[in-house]
Amino acid sequence: MIEVKDVYYTYPNGFTALRGVNLTIRKGECVAIMGENGAGKTTLVKHFNGLLKPTRGTVIVDGVETKDASVAQLSRKVGLVFQNPDHQFFSETVEEEVAFALRNFGFPEDEVERRVEKVLKRMGLLGYRKSSPFSLSGGEKKRLAIASIVVFEPEYLVLDEPTIGQDYIQKVEIRRVIDSYLETGRTVVIVTHDLEFVVDLRPRVVLMSRGRIIADGKAEEILSDSKLMDDASLLLPQMTELAYKLGNPKIPRTILDENDMLEVVKPLLKHRGGWRS
Amino acid sequence: MMRVFEGLRFRRIPSPVHELDPRSKAVYVAVVSILSIVYSDPLVLTVLLIIQIPLVYAAKVVRFWLNSLRGSTFLAVFIFAVNLLTSYLYMGGFTLEGLLTATAMTLRFILLMGVFSLFFLTTTPEDLSLALEKLRIPYDICFAFTAAMRFVPDIALEAQSIMDAQKSRGLELERGGFIERIRKTLPILVPLFIRSFQRSLELAEAMESRAYGAIEKRTSLYELKMSKNDYVFMILSIILLTATLLIKPP
Ligand SMILES: Nc1ncnc2c1ncn2[C@@H]1O[C@H](COP(=O)(O)OP(=O)(O)O)[C@@H](O)[C@H]1O
Ligand SMILES: [Mg+2]
Repeated sequence: MIEVKDVYYTYPNGFTALRGVNLTIRKGECVAIMGENGAGKTTLVKHFNGLLKPTRGTVIVDGVETKDASVAQLSRKVGLVFQNPDHQFFSETVEEEVAFALRNFGFPEDEVERRVEKVLKRMGLLGYRKSSPFSLSGGEKKRLAIASIVVFEPEYLVLDEPTIGQDYIQKVEIRRVIDSYLETGRTVVIVTHDLEFVVDLRPRVVLMSRGRIIADGKAEEILSDSKLMDDASLLLPQMTELAYKLGNPKIPRTILDENDMLEVVKPLLKHRGGWRS
Repeated sequence: MMRVFEGLRFRRIPSPVHELDPRSKAVYVAVVSILSIVYSDPLVLTVLLIIQIPLVYAAKVVRFWLNSLRGSTFLAVFIFAVNLLTSYLYMGGFTLEGLLTATAMTLRFILLMGVFSLFFLTTTPEDLSLALEKLRIPYDICFAFTAAMRFVPDIALEAQSIMDAQKSRGLELERGGFIERIRKTLPILVPLFIRSFQRSLELAEAMESRAYGAIEKRTSLYELKMSKNDYVFMILSIILLTATLLIKPP
């Protein structure tokens, strides 16, 4: 469990990026943190593995206050994948890059080999194991960055803007990684602007704005609330927008995607005898 | 480290010091630098340091200025320790003279740091470039210089992101012996260099697509002009130089 209790954070230049954040993330949950640029999302997740320590308040990871632990100790539990893969690659080969964290955490060499192979296979990067990380395409780089964290199987996987600059196929692959991670009973937190991705994933949604959490709940409740979404400078999902515009009492506004819409509209159309197929 | 970079970055604040021409500020920086190098009397250096304070106030950059001094504390302590140690080894013991030299060296460093920080905090990179051009330095060099200045904070932020990413993969910079620690800087330095190369290529492309170097003789929309304040400031700086040299010849 990650417990964030009344956390304030002020950067050395005097800017206060978090203003009283309270949040509890339980094991096995899938949480999406959303909000405008500069809302403090990255600042918040950097508190999960102790890269930043609260100016006020506490962050507790599995019973340990982050103030009392090193970033390395906390990172073993909370794996943070940053937005820009170019900010971490330095090895000559893809294989070495993935092994980096394992060696830092003192895994035995045969275990390192076994895990690297397994994760590269899962990420579809096995063919590149001897290639340079810098020679990979954008999507492959992203997957390599994720692989370099997933390989040590942290209890909590935190992805900062994982879908930025990724095409549809690449997003599907990232989604696959998230799903398989959740299947093992572990926790996934994603920080994102990608409404479509979140609508599809249906996680618990935490909305942030200007250093505060302004809403926290099921995707259906949060993403379809035009007032909240407006406060967080986010657009409503298209289908929700449509439901609003239809203004029909039989079409609820908690619709998020085409499947929800279909479910509601099909019986209505059938009733009027206008539905074929 | 971040603090030092922050302390050298221009802040757009309306103040009389910001409005001064970079050339007159450069004269002032030169005067203080010359004095701080010529004198190794802690008293003179302290007086010079105190003279900075009203200027920093007038420029409304007290917090940033103090931050850059605080950021260089480590180096200051290091300079003090090394000087004290050297004098200890030379003189075969701690002497008042040794202590004074170490203090002077440290003050000199703080003074230089302070005066340069004030200059860069209050001078836009564009003004700096214009001033260099006025001194007939080729535009290519002026541009390279200001571009470098301009990118320092970005590179500092990037270095921070890279450190965060590697620490999140279990890299412990603080642990291990000397050799071990040097080896551990590789995961930081390699991405930093590669990003810097990428950045310069991107910059070169952006410049070329905007016809950089298409015309031999460039003109500027804004021209630097010396105001009355500039002349007053320069004269005061020169007076400071001559008066100090006269009152207390080194
Ligand atoms: N190192 C830093 N120093 C000062 N301010 C920062 C720093 N990093 C981020 N900020 C500021 O903190 C705020 C929140 O940033 P961030 O957490 O990155 O937002 P988000 O990830 O939600 O876009 C922004 O206004 C940003 O400018
Ligand atoms: Mg962010």
